Amino acid sequence: MGSRQVQPDDAIYMNELVTLNLGPTHPATHGVFQNILLMDGEKIVAGEATIGYIHRAFEKIAEQRPFYQITPLTDRLNYCSSPINNMGWWMTVEKLLGVEVPKRAQYMRVIMMELARIADHLICNSILGVDTGAFTGFLYVFQQRELIYEIYEEVCGARLTTNMGRIGGMERDFSPIAIQKIKQFLKDFPPVMREFEKMFNRNRIFMDRIVNVGAISAERALNYGFTGPNLRAAGVDYDVRVMEPYCSYQDFDFDIPIGESGDTYDRFMVRNEEIWQSLRIIEQALNNLPEGAYYANDARYYLPPKQLVYQSMEALIYHFKIIMGEIDAPVGEVYHAVEGGNGELGYYLISDGGRTPYRLHFRRPCFIYYQAFPEMAVGSQLSDAIVTMSSLNVIAGELDA
Amino acid sequence: MAQLTHQIVIDDLVSRFGGDIYDYAEPHALPTFSTSAERILDILEYLYFHPQFKFQFLTDLCGVHYPDQKGKELGVVYHLHSLTNNLRLRIKVYVPSDQPKVPSATSLFASANWQERETYDFYGIIFNNHPNLKRILNVDEMDYFPLRKEYPLEDRTRRDKEDKYFGR
Repeated sequence: MGSRQVQPDDAIYMNELVTLNLGPTHPATHGVFQNILLMDGEKIVAGEATIGYIHRAFEKIAEQRPFYQITPLTDRLNYCSSPINNMGWWMTVEKLLGVEVPKRAQYMRVIMMELARIADHLICNSILGVDTGAFTGFLYVFQQRELIYEIYEEVCGARLTTNMGRIGGMERDFSPIAIQKIKQFLKDFPPVMREFEKMFNRNRIFMDRIVNVGAISAERALNYGFTGPNLRAAGVDYDVRVMEPYCSYQDFDFDIPIGESGDTYDRFMVRNEEIWQSLRIIEQALNNLPEGAYYANDARYYLPPKQLVYQSMEALIYHFKIIMGEIDAPVGEVYHAVEGGNGELGYYLISDGGRTPYRLHFRRPCFIYYQAFPEMAVGSQLSDAIVTMSSLNVIAGELDA
Repeated sequence: MAQLTHQIVIDDLVSRFGGDIYDYAEPHALPTFSTSAERILDILEYLYFHPQFKFQFLTDLCGVHYPDQKGKELGVVYHLHSLTNNLRLRIKVYVPSDQPKVPSATSLFASANWQERETYDFYGIIFNNHPNLKRILNVDEMDYFPLRKEYPLEDRTRRDKEDKYFGR
């Protein structure tokens, strides 16, 4: 039990307390987590979070699979922004193999990752609205997320569990329709976003529900390993995109929004502001999209073009060899971090020279900061705990790996 | 103040802890060294409270299993980050699998709590002084530690999966 305030021998008091199981399948828990809360009326006295209900043994399976076959495992972790997971993984492997990715592919990746970040933040913020009883905003932005998914579909054919890249670049170039769809999105989305902000930012009821709720200090947040918007809401301007730029993020001009108090309102506002910054990045990347190849000219790991696979025997054999992991990876260990939708997403890969990773560990931001939830909820009311959890953006797939 | 580099940190650690810092390497520009389970907490504390280094962010903590390394089969890998200097550091601790005991870092980092529980859950590494060391992702009734290498994922006795049929 985290930070218990009641002594167990205080029997008379204990009799008045109620143990409440919030979850594992409660609609307000956004996934399969159980929270055992000790309640004094509406007030939470102590709490414990239990997880692991959908554990899929990601790390164990990854130890048995060649690098390409790990990609579909990664996009099921944080399913709200799966392109970021995929690309983080490819970048890790590229670092291990020493593959240089051309500029055009990097810019294309940036565009896709920022679209994913927008989709992720939209879901988080609009569901926060739902948890406070405002359903309309959710409907507004779900339509916009749909447009983002249409862009994914145009780029790679899949919508939710995307698989749009390759080790060494992208699978295919942006089609003219894809570029047109992104441009259309950049034009259509801001008015909706402004409307969404108008609906919530200064809404009296909404603010009453979330201002000063679930606050965490910068010091505690750092100690708990918070990253991403949750940390920045507490006033720490740590962003992997700026601290250790990957994928040419240093070429773009954007701000890191930070909050002050680390409460639910600040987290909401930081995410909103980050959506605007992502739009800025996409616009810059699209306007300056370099010409040239969209994949690394490295036959060791970049798959032959699909058209060639259908026509040429050598390409087919090579495709098979790469997918089945016939080509050994070099010995080494790599840690690579990207800025995911909800924080620093890190892959720690140890390769012993075989065709599969010897050990793959995934730094899941959700897993690391969700342990702070009982501490943030204790002392508040049950309804406050719900919005706190909602604004933390905990995704069950990532929490349990 | 001069820019803090990996070399300064490592030189300082070596002068302070001497022979307890070994196997230094920089794979892919990330300084890595090993130390013993007895000294790990001292080193973490030193790095945490050092006025200049300030390695106060525990990015990641995980286990590794090397069944062939006699006497140091199980490893714990710490990824530290000094946000003020933007320096990362990787520290490894190896312990024998019959005495897998490492002091817990929860006194320094609250984030170590679940990460150590996860490492315990998968590798059976016991973190001394951990406030709540029990399984986190797997069921409590499990009596083995599934990420250890002696538990292969597939049934290796399957004949139809033998490599010779695939020309390997």
